[in-house]
Amino acid sequence: MSLIKLLITFFKIGAFSFGGGYAMIPIIQREIEKNCWLSVKEFVDIIGIAGMTPGPIAVNSATFVGFKVNGILGALFSSFGIMVPSFICVVIIFKYFNKFKDHELNLLIFKGIKSVVVGLISSAAISVSKTSLLKGFSDPNYWGNFITAPLKAVNIAGLIIAIFSLVMLIKYKLHPILVILSSAVLGILSACIV
Amino acid sequence: MKKENSMKLMLKLFSTFFKIGLFSFGGGYAMIPLIEKEIVDKRGWVAKDEIVDVLAVAQSTPGAVAVNSATAVGYKIAGFKGAVASTFGVAVPSFTIIITIAAFFSRFKDYVVVKSAFSGIGAAVVALIVTAAISVSKNSIKDRVDILVASITFLLVAFLKVNPIFLIIGGALLGGATYFFRILKLKKRRDEYESY
Repeated sequence: MSLIKLLITFFKIGAFSFGGGYAMIPIIQREIEKNCWLSVKEFVDIIGIAGMTPGPIAVNSATFVGFKVNGILGALFSSFGIMVPSFICVVIIFKYFNKFKDHELNLLIFKGIKSVVVGLISSAAISVSKTSLLKGFSDPNYWGNFITAPLKAVNIAGLIIAIFSLVMLIKYKLHPILVILSSAVLGILSACIV
Repeated sequence: MKKENSMKLMLKLFSTFFKIGLFSFGGGYAMIPLIEKEIVDKRGWVAKDEIVDVLAVAQSTPGAVAVNSATAVGYKIAGFKGAVASTFGVAVPSFTIIITIAAFFSRFKDYVVVKSAFSGIGAAVVALIVTAAISVSKNSIKDRVDILVASITFLLVAFLKVNPIFLIIGGALLGGATYFFRILKLKKRRDEYESY
């Protein structure tokens, strides 16, 4: 019974969450509270781990919640539930897209969407920078701290690693996997130095 | 496509997306350079300007961007079966990792080594997303209207926290409106021509 409940709940979350990732978390949290699946502290831990490990944060948290509630089967059912709606949507949209590929209306609609996507990706860079390149951004007085002690408000090691990675990716066309692995090593090294 | 080749292609799709899934830190956008490297440069499955269309489709549907991208690219390459193979491929690594952590290392994120490695990866994720923005804009930004739409989206989402779906719908409507405006103009011109 709880397996079906997990499947339905995460199916619902998957179907109504646009924008992915962090936009889905409040919805997941509401469902967990409603069903009394986990404590708030457990949930916060899960989000932390789901954000660090590879893979979409929403799917990761679904897997984690499912596992806590009902073991491996629970994890399978909730991961499956959260992925199926978007799978169906993508396949249906693609059928339409391929059929009308060269129609002018289709081209113009996608011209509009593609420009929006560029804006979305750029804004993701800003929101990720806040947590990886700045220190204590959640403090309401962040910009005040920034002016009085800018070196303490910026994650210097992070900034160096980000610039290094950017040069490696764009100038030297290094494989992204190598960039990720070397940034992990640099992160550990910088912790040893500081 | 022949049957035996199709099985091979499914396995290749699965393994390629398994690799992408294993290294997809920082969510869907940070994954774009990785998808381009593996799918466009290495395998040549999809042309560079087409991948942007595919990713735009992935953006405009509900759910996790990374999973949608895998489904969309898989569908583009090998239809429904391809979509299944790549979606499974991208999901299996993170599924396995999460189960392992949940079962054995509930204190996983409190280890100093883990914390500092991930702070390094977090910084690289910024670089990956910037790279994605540059490469996607090369293929998507063609005129002044595109620049305007991209800048408005950026400002609204980054600083005013507007839900992206409204902007995606807005972008689609703008495209649709442009089309009907063009049709109307054509029709008007034809009417004028006929009246002579």
